[in-house]
Amino acid sequence: MALAAGEPAPELSLRRSNGDPFTREDLLGKTTVLVFYPFAFSPVCTDQLSIYNEVLEDFRERGATLYGVSCDATYSQTAFRQQLGIDIEQLSDFEPKGETCRAFDVYHPGGFPQRALVIVGQDGVVTWSHQAAKPSDLPGANLIFDAL
Amino acid sequence: MGPGDHVRGEGVEVVVYGDYECPYCAALEARLHGLAARVCFRHFPVRSSHPRAHAAACAAEAAARQGAFWPMHDALFADQGRLEDPHLWARAERLGLDVARFDADRRSDAVAARVREHFRSGVRAGVATTPTAFVAGTAHAGRPGPEFWALFGA
Repeated sequence: MALAAGEPAPELSLRRSNGDPFTREDLLGKTTVLVFYPFAFSPVCTDQLSIYNEVLEDFRERGATLYGVSCDATYSQTAFRQQLGIDIEQLSDFEPKGETCRAFDVYHPGGFPQRALVIVGQDGVVTWSHQAAKPSDLPGANLIFDAL
Repeated sequence: MGPGDHVRGEGVEVVVYGDYECPYCAALEARLHGLAARVCFRHFPVRSSHPRAHAAACAAEAAARQGAFWPMHDALFADQGRLEDPHLWARAERLGLDVARFDADRRSDAVAARVREHFRSGVRAGVATTPTAFVAGTAHAGRPGPEFWALFGA
């Protein structure tokens, strides 16, 4: 199951869409919501990110920054984001594949992220997490709002 | 259900979050229509899967401004393959609406805000897919099963 509240966020080895690294340092000083999703362009992930994007402004008002995290390459994530017309920044856990997902304990044995949500506080400590019972389950955004 | 909601019918109260391009929503609406149900419909257009759902929701709200929410609602669900702008104008004309006013209203900020308000209320209630129907505070997400229809004696 995903790292529980109270555990420090691990080191991250993620890449932003422009190839820049996204590390643990990037979590500090703000509230971060990491949305781990299995695959770009898959049906449930499509709906999940689309629905969350519709209320992105509400997350911002609550002081939270949302990121989508998957093991897809940055180019795939960018194409996915453009196709959906969404603003949620994407972070790639492509190489070493799934290393950050493993560190958050959300790596599915099938080689993709579990569908999981993790909130990291300004001090870099996990404040809440949720892992869907199965990857096809779509957690409502209300879970995040309730946890913020 | 609130005073600003679109509500019709008599019977078991059900709040439906739906999208006019979603076939399961159309099937749910059609079946509920024949049952003892007091139906409240709220918009939950999922644009990624249904690119015309938002425009259709705005069309229903624009029709509501001329007192024709339910006729437009039924007309949208009745022909989900025709939701482009000319099809929306044709429906408005067929329903006897002032088409110019309808067209201005459906593109207005006020109508977009109303659709967004519905969407947000759905998100806050935990809606993550369409249709999602609430009966007595319990959410029934996706295509309803026999336990849902049993609530209406079906």
